[in-house]
Amino acid sequence: MDIGLGHYLTVAACLFTLGIFGIFLNRKNVIVILMSVELMLLAVNINLVAFSYFLNDLTGQVFALFILTVAAAEAAIGLAIIVVYYRNRGSIDVDDINMMKG
Amino acid sequence: MQILLSYAPAYPEMLLAVGAMVLLMIGAFSDDNAHTGAFVSWLAVALMLAAGGLILMQPEGTQHPFEQAFVVDQFARFMKLLILGGSAVAMILSFDFLRNKGLLKFEYPILLMLATIGMMMMVSANDLISLYLGLELQSLSLYVLASFQRENVRSSEAGLKYFVLGALSSGMLLYGASLVYGFAGTTGFSEIANVAKAQSGAANIGLIVGLVFMLVGLAFKISAVPFHMWTPDVYQGAPTPVTALFAAAPKLAAMGLLMRVLGGAFPGLEQQWQQVIWFIAIASMLLGAFAAIGQTNIKRLMAYSSIGHVGFALVGLAAGTQEGAQGVLVYLLIYLVMTLGTFACILAMRRGDEMIEDIDQLAGLAQNNLMMAFILGMLMFSLAGIPPLAGFWAKVYVFWPAVQAGLYPLAVIGVIASVIGAYYYLRIVKIMFFDEPREKFVPISANLGFVMGAALIFIFAFALPQLGGPIIDAASAAAKSLRL
Repeated sequence: MDIGLGHYLTVAACLFTLGIFGIFLNRKNVIVILMSVELMLLAVNINLVAFSYFLNDLTGQVFALFILTVAAAEAAIGLAIIVVYYRNRGSIDVDDINMMKG
Repeated sequence: MQILLSYAPAYPEMLLAVGAMVLLMIGAFSDDNAHTGAFVSWLAVALMLAAGGLILMQPEGTQHPFEQAFVVDQFARFMKLLILGGSAVAMILSFDFLRNKGLLKFEYPILLMLATIGMMMMVSANDLISLYLGLELQSLSLYVLASFQRENVRSSEAGLKYFVLGALSSGMLLYGASLVYGFAGTTGFSEIANVAKAQSGAANIGLIVGLVFMLVGLAFKISAVPFHMWTPDVYQGAPTPVTALFAAAPKLAAMGLLMRVLGGAFPGLEQQWQQVIWFIAIASMLLGAFAAIGQTNIKRLMAYSSIGHVGFALVGLAAGTQEGAQGVLVYLLIYLVMTLGTFACILAMRRGDEMIEDIDQLAGLAQNNLMMAFILGMLMFSLAGIPPLAGFWAKVYVFWPAVQAGLYPLAVIGVIASVIGAYYYLRIVKIMFFDEPREKFVPISANLGFVMGAALIFIFAFALPQLGGPIIDAASAAAKSLRL
């Protein structure tokens, strides 16, 4: 069986959905949310690289490189905020992030 | 030399970027104290004003530097001036709060400047890649600013929530961008527009799915219903001057980006995106009107108020005409002034070292400080849209194009929502003028008083042709260059 563009797009769509569900269904730990966000970004990268290959156009791969770089910065900032939060609250359980409501 | 000249349209951004680096060096090699912080902050304000001056000196017309990835037209210049103004005023509003909390550090103005560069890139984006980079530069700086008061559990929780939902929305936007790239075969907005026009409805299904994902991501950034849930928590938890910034400049930048994407890349799919804008405009207006009624915290109330105002601004965009786009720009300008004025009043609500955020604590303000009560009262009237104040004209400029475009239900629902919304604005006026007085607030500082006074003059003087006329002309020229 030939592996075509559709297969790549399906894998990416599955990963992306997993990432979104990981954010909304996860009730345990903020780190898992961070991992879910990375999963979403990787799904996007698979999309872009697959499109780039099948379109014979390099722009998609350049885009993917930019996303990788920004994702690293985003993870660094996210972890820093989680550390600050943990110092104040003593917990990073998702259920405990409820100081403000309404 | 030739290359350097070809970058001329991007000089304001370059000035700010280089300036941010220089300020970082000044901060890093000076003593770490409030004096350095204040010095760097004023330099940041001066740099933003200088960047605004550079924009005013730019020749009219449209330039596309950086291989078409960047576009500088009247629309971009208009939005950039608003963004720079909003950021500079938010910085001026921050001094008292930061000094009082011992947070007047040099990192704050630098993060604010980097966020401003990101916002300026957003409204000038002409390519999916530059759109993403501008958006992330803005968002990453704002995540840090939201949790800037790092010993405070609410501030760090606000930062965490903003980060998680911001990252989710960026992911959505990117997924949409990847689909658009795949089905259009290019990342440039003008090429995407050509492809979208050339193919007929059904062939564009991939593009439409991509567009919807991008709209979801952008709706998060402008906090339109149903993607608004982060807004009240983040506005309440973030340090108040940061909330003032959130309500002002980034919201404008995200609206500018939305208009740029819809007008620049997807004019061919107007029927598809108009339905989406139509829906989120109605939902935002109604939620903004109803959810704010029960609020006791004034920052939370302003969050719902800003959701409602985004809905009103989107009415103009839903019309999909040039007059509609002009209305959105006028609305954003007036919203910016009203919001910053209101936050100047909120920042003046302080007793000793404690910031007051309860609406009930405003009781009887008219007897303690008539001037502040009058200004806040007038700003509330203006936010509610009562003539002849600026907020009324803002609503006229977005509802009229909607009526002309035949969107009667939208205009009617908008008027109903603004009547309902008037209840909670007027409640604040009632509390200030007719309730038993509470303890006095500390005297208003010069910075806050200046912003309050300027906002008051603006909302009264907007109806005069001397002030309103040039603003309308500029918005009209900007809307024309957008070609919505």
